[in-house]
Amino acid sequence: MKPAQIYAVMVKELRQMARDRMTLAMMIGIPTLQLLLFGYAINLDVRHLPAAVADQADSAGSRALVRDMLATDVIEPVAAAQTPEQIQALIRAGRIEVGLVVPPDFERRLSEGREVMQVVVDGADTTVQGAARQLAQMPLDGRLSTAQAGARISVLPLYNPQRKSAINVVPGLIGVILTMTLVMFTAMAIVRERERGNLEMLITTPVSSAELMLGKVLPYIAVGLVQATLVLLLGGWLFEVPVVGGFPAVYAVSMLLIIANLSLGLLISTVAQSQFQAMQMTFFLFLPSILLSGFMFPFDGMPWPAQWLAEVLPLTHFMRLIRGVMLRGAALSELWQDALALAGFSAVMMTLAILRFRKRLD
Amino acid sequence: MWPMSEPAAAVASAASGEMAIHARGVTKRFGDFTAVDHIDLDVPRAQVYGFLGPNGSGKSTTIRMLCGLLTPTEGQIEVLGLSIPRQAEELRRRIGYMTQRFSLYEDLTVRENLMFLATVQNLPRAQRAPRVDELLQAYDLESLQKQLAGTMSGGQKQRLALAGAVVHKPQLLLLDEPTSAVDPESRRSFWEKLFDLADAGTTLLVSTHYMDEAERCHRIAILDRGRLVANGTPAELTGALDGRTVGVRSDALRKAQKLLHDVDGVLSVAQVGNELRVLCAPGHGDPQAIASALQKAGLQAEASPIEPSLEDVFVAATRRRDAEGT
Repeated sequence: MKPAQIYAVMVKELRQMARDRMTLAMMIGIPTLQLLLFGYAINLDVRHLPAAVADQADSAGSRALVRDMLATDVIEPVAAAQTPEQIQALIRAGRIEVGLVVPPDFERRLSEGREVMQVVVDGADTTVQGAARQLAQMPLDGRLSTAQAGARISVLPLYNPQRKSAINVVPGLIGVILTMTLVMFTAMAIVRERERGNLEMLITTPVSSAELMLGKVLPYIAVGLVQATLVLLLGGWLFEVPVVGGFPAVYAVSMLLIIANLSLGLLISTVAQSQFQAMQMTFFLFLPSILLSGFMFPFDGMPWPAQWLAEVLPLTHFMRLIRGVMLRGAALSELWQDALALAGFSAVMMTLAILRFRKRLD
Repeated sequence: MWPMSEPAAAVASAASGEMAIHARGVTKRFGDFTAVDHIDLDVPRAQVYGFLGPNGSGKSTTIRMLCGLLTPTEGQIEVLGLSIPRQAEELRRRIGYMTQRFSLYEDLTVRENLMFLATVQNLPRAQRAPRVDELLQAYDLESLQKQLAGTMSGGQKQRLALAGAVVHKPQLLLLDEPTSAVDPESRRSFWEKLFDLADAGTTLLVSTHYMDEAERCHRIAILDRGRLVANGTPAELTGALDGRTVGVRSDALRKAQKLLHDVDGVLSVAQVGNELRVLCAPGHGDPQAIASALQKAGLQAEASPIEPSLEDVFVAATRRRDAEGT
């Protein structure tokens, strides 16, 4: 293996990367867009949630309470409702996210110190749910003179009774972006050469499989690190996501995932016959990664077959690593099992890829 | 089976030493389909050797086996004294391969492509730039060196591909239908480059389906449905058909052509301008007999012997197999 040849493939790869405007745009565009979408939806305080009020008491006290709640600007009435059933139907139809239900016996409940209002919320989105819970914390005694101790507003979250911290999302997003883009880019990079006929010429030259693979992959490690940096910078700047464990640990962990993803991409490229196939395969692997890794749903809440499957995915281990490092400030030595799993995954995928990549056409 | 003793092995490789390619019984099957069927091939050094055959006759598959890209199902191949596919890695440094489709990088410039190949082909660092400059000049690419390969014309791409295939001065150059996407003018200058290379000692194996290109080769082999049906110099091959080709002139050429198909011993009839070229089976090429057959049917017709062409060779070789009922 000669460095000059690796270098030649690498320089060639960088040149092609720079000429492929679409891919270049995607490299910058995907992390930025995802961060903005996921980040803004999850981390910023929500305001003006579409809402409806079913005030069945319609007393001076209930109207005052509703008015106070609307004054927070968290919710904004967009539909009319009379009954709790109508509120639920509006939520189910996606027209509102929050509904306020005041029972007909509001005044009596207030004086008896019971539950006086129900905030019904579409809990699928944890941000919305969190906002509704805050809204329900509104103190009653200061505003309503007749309120007795114990009078309270309850929250009824629909669809998602469990709450999850939104800060979990940005660190995980590094992993999601690296998985989504790098597996695909590497897989496409080799399949493209095959599709365009370059590979037939290349394999009649003395360049070896390992030289070719390394030369193709090294530029993408740089791409991965740039992407991770972009998310960290934007995450810190826009959403004040802490990096408790320090940047070296974050980059070390990111590097492990980058290499794992590139190895996987290479393996896909030895199987896929066209760029379209490579994209499909990437997508098929990407979906379970997103759904099972703990990025979207709590890992411990998943049934055991899903957990078992998730252990095979590099993103699962990365989620544990990056959340531990970024949010809890855990040392890599405390998370060695997941680090080892990622390294092992890369070694297996890379070996399979080099073995599968024959310098032959049959 | 005893292993070959040392002296015997030396004799064997000396015998094939004058040949750049020496192949025996080479066969390639893809499932039930036999793409190449027991081909024997001897390609002498420093010659332009042509592979003539229609699409799907096994030209590309044979070339790919010769450079180690495909593993033969059966048979022995020796290229430049190396046993293929076992020593294919060693062979790669000594051959150049030009694929049927343009296979350099369309999103790199002419110069970048050649520099890339020079490095990948292990040229020492100090020699890369001078060699690339030399190639740019030899293949009339100097003024195009900063142009992206994808934006060039078919003829320019062909010259670049050839320059790329010889960047490391290979002893053997395999070209798979190199001129299929090129205009006639570029084809001519391309062939001149090929003869320059042969003059300098390079062996060239060129596949083509153009008769005029095959005629330029020192030797040709004709492939038909995976089998080698004829081989020799163009003169040898056409000479073997002497007395079997007849030119027919008539006032009703189309009608004459139809009639001639049913005349005993006629293998093929093709219209060329104002004349019919008639190819006959051995012992049937008498112009008198052909003319009288037409006159009997009430047509004005004259017939005279004509020079056999490579196309006649091709037709004769492929028709014989049809007659044998393959």
